[in-house]
Amino acid sequence: MRTARTTVCAAAALGLVALTGCGAADMTKQASPYAAAQGTKTVTLSLQSWVGAQANVAVAKYLLEHELGYRVDTVQVDEVPAWDALSQGRVDAILEDWGHPEQEKRYVTDKKTIARGGNLGVTGHIGWFVPTYFAEAHPDVTDWKNLDKYAGRLRTAESGGKGQLLDGSPSYVTNDKALVENLDLDYKVVFAGSEAAQITQIKQFAKEKKPFLTYWYKPQWLFEKVPMTEVKLPPYKEGCDADPKKVACAYPHTPLQKYLNADFAEKGGKAAAFLKNFRWTTEAQNDVALMIAEQKLSPEAAAEKWVRANESTWRAWLPS
Amino acid sequence: MTATVTTAPVRPRLPAALTFWPLAAAVVLVPLGVLFAGGGSWPASLSVDLSGPLGSASDWIIDHRDSHPLFLYFFGHISNAVVLSVRAVYLLLLAVGWAGVTAAAGLIAWRVAGVRVALGATAAFAVCGLLGMWVPTMQTLALMVVAVAASVALGGLLGLAAGLSDRTYRALRPVLDTMQVLPAFAYLLPVVLVFGIGVPAAVLATVVYAAPPMARLTALGLRAADPGVLEAAASLGATGRQRLLTARLPLARKELLLGVNQSIMMALSMAVIASVIGAGGLGDRVYQALASVDVGAALAAGIPIVLLAVVLDRTATGARSGGGGRAAARRGWTGAAAVLVLVALAGRFADRLTWPESWHVDIAEPVNRAVDWMTAHLYSGVPVIGGTADWAAGFTGWVLDPVRDGLQALPWWAVLLLVGALALLVGTWRTALTAVAAMGAIGVLGVWDASLDTLSQVLAAVAVTLVLGFGIAVAAARSARCERCLRPVLDVFQTMPQFVYLIPVVALFGVGRAPAVAAAVVYALPAVVRITTQGLRGVDPVALEAARSLGATGWQQLRQVQLPLARPALLLAVNQAVVLVLAVVIIGGLVGGGALGYDVVFGLAQGDLATGLVAGAAIVCLGLMLDRVTQPVRKEA
Repeated sequence: MRTARTTVCAAAALGLVALTGCGAADMTKQASPYAAAQGTKTVTLSLQSWVGAQANVAVAKYLLEHELGYRVDTVQVDEVPAWDALSQGRVDAILEDWGHPEQEKRYVTDKKTIARGGNLGVTGHIGWFVPTYFAEAHPDVTDWKNLDKYAGRLRTAESGGKGQLLDGSPSYVTNDKALVENLDLDYKVVFAGSEAAQITQIKQFAKEKKPFLTYWYKPQWLFEKVPMTEVKLPPYKEGCDADPKKVACAYPHTPLQKYLNADFAEKGGKAAAFLKNFRWTTEAQNDVALMIAEQKLSPEAAAEKWVRANESTWRAWLPS
Repeated sequence: MTATVTTAPVRPRLPAALTFWPLAAAVVLVPLGVLFAGGGSWPASLSVDLSGPLGSASDWIIDHRDSHPLFLYFFGHISNAVVLSVRAVYLLLLAVGWAGVTAAAGLIAWRVAGVRVALGATAAFAVCGLLGMWVPTMQTLALMVVAVAASVALGGLLGLAAGLSDRTYRALRPVLDTMQVLPAFAYLLPVVLVFGIGVPAAVLATVVYAAPPMARLTALGLRAADPGVLEAAASLGATGRQRLLTARLPLARKELLLGVNQSIMMALSMAVIASVIGAGGLGDRVYQALASVDVGAALAAGIPIVLLAVVLDRTATGARSGGGGRAAARRGWTGAAAVLVLVALAGRFADRLTWPESWHVDIAEPVNRAVDWMTAHLYSGVPVIGGTADWAAGFTGWVLDPVRDGLQALPWWAVLLLVGALALLVGTWRTALTAVAAMGAIGVLGVWDASLDTLSQVLAAVAVTLVLGFGIAVAAARSARCERCLRPVLDVFQTMPQFVYLIPVVALFGVGRAPAVAAAVVYALPAVVRITTQGLRGVDPVALEAARSLGATGWQQLRQVQLPLARPALLLAVNQAVVLVLAVVIIGGLVGGGALGYDVVFGLAQGDLATGLVAGAAIVCLGLMLDRVTQPVRKEA
């Protein structure tokens, strides 16, 4: 059986080489080997690691499959490699992008292999947060000028003699190292290395009602579980984050964007039209994200639940 | 990826005075040097910044991969061939249906390795279905079949070349060493740049990782062939080719099968890592579960990987020891094939090709509750011994910090001197030179401080692993029952994807270097326990009996007879602990270990070729240095 299998694939590989040996092979026209049989219309969505993005994908997937008759594949990949995959046509759409100017210039402006897909309708914001129980006991901690006063209480084994500013996944947009330096704070940025590690650590701190200072972002389901209050940094002004080394201001409020593969945007038919129309709110995304992350529903089940309850919203997204 | 192939021969002991002069020299020279030459980290003028050239290389690939002939006519075809083969296997598996695949697993295991393994294999596949993981398991299996076939073919060819020619062997060895120590995360990015995310990149990354053991073992088997037999074959007038086919290869059968076995295990251990670049299947489920911090769901996808690994390992081990008559074997295979066709057809006609959904068992919730309970009760405030968080803080403050700061405070040339002296103590001039050169390369790459940080974590993890491992091994060597109980536990820890225990480790030890060390210990412990137990067991019973009759107590027997006699095994255990701990430095980066592990993850996540590759290369250099410092070789005359 095993040898038969090996023979089959060896024969298949040989046959392929014989068939296409003299032609060019375009890797951008390649489908996933796990895709459905020929004839079904398939859309591939990029699935990012955070739950909010999973919520977008779950709802889009549910509607594409149940209302428009597509088959949807998802590929989980980090943000920057996802841009790469989008330009190569390995994925058809990214539904939530937090701003990657460098990639945008390269692929959208210069190479024109990626097309803008419009607003997601959700506004993202990155910031520094302390747990609300701590902010209520010490109201002045929510101004960055007073952070040094609390550095001693925020010390951990990892931060040496300084206070700890907990950062997360290396794939996320962050200026924290520069911020700490330029604002001359008595803090050390400790990278958790992955969002899973960061969330686990935040939950452990919260269980014990310990104070902590963390890089975090909205919308995020964890706020429902661990209420957090933002620390005010020097206000954001257009262009104040242009030089990553000299940043000394807060993070902007970013309207999150959708991006489609240029080919797909043109020839993707109803699926492309639907994904361009897909636009919901922060609250809606949070509802679905909470069902996935806290109630531990499968993304499909969560999407189904939301779709059942919000027909008027998504009817408008369907192309006529 | 555990069983080591070559046991290092041990150098006869030298007189103490002669052994320790290099160390003594270092101890004298270091303070003198600090006085006269000054100290500090690696000087910037001696390092090379690779970010420019690597960055432009990556830009060139991105700009040309849709048009350049190299991509259209070479990489494109490779990529298509991989997709087509994986698809062929996947469709075949789906067409055979769950009943067919389960029966096939059982029957193959039965023919190859006997009834017990067959029952295990059948049960394993049934569990994959019960956990609701049937389709992902088939996706992973399809990918594995293609990746292992390619690894065995490629590794076999390289091994053949190296086995037959000394020059090739010498040229290939450092390449194989590098391929194995280079963390998979570091070469995911170049592979992705060329092939894009998806199955082709995943298969190729897996092949790079899984082919070296096959090549190594093939070469070893061919080179170890009994010269007498070869001479006899030659004297009978056999041509070179005949000698290879009828004498050398059959003689190397054991090594070849072990090579296949190792390739399978290595490939499976890549299943989850490859999911980061879109391999799909079980790894993807584990990775997704991680995003919603769902240990239970991660475990449900991790268990099938463990089961696949254990079943394949036992089957391959059975194949190595198996024998039996040819005619009977053929009858058995025919019977097995007939049963298989029947089952597959039955499944087809009953229209039950996919695992029925009503048969799913949900383990995620109870597991999550158990993990919550555990972390809630152990994290802190345990009376007397303190909670795990306090241990972690203590360990960081009292062990990790001093070691790291100590290493970083040493002047760079003193570190080189120390490494050279240590390598000279256990090895030869040549190994000492390699070790020093490796350490120097780290400095030139410009990641000196981060590397010393990683080194301090590795040293601490190795120390903890050895203390725990030797303790457990002594217990296991004393009692057969204890060993039997340990075996499945060790199997699980060895094959469980590290992504699964990432969250519990953080929940227990917090974010930082302590959980990174804990994850490394969990990963390296099984191999150390195994090798040490085997070594202690292998001690000549006559020697033990003699000690006993002289009235030695249990402790005296252990200390004065077993441990000295098992010295080679213990040294091998140390070496393996170092290599394995280094292999999970990247996982440490995912839980806050920082340093090189974080840099590699960062490189992949940000598409930053320079950061990722340089950190990966530094890990290889650390591995090379540590290997040379811990692996004793005989002095050449």
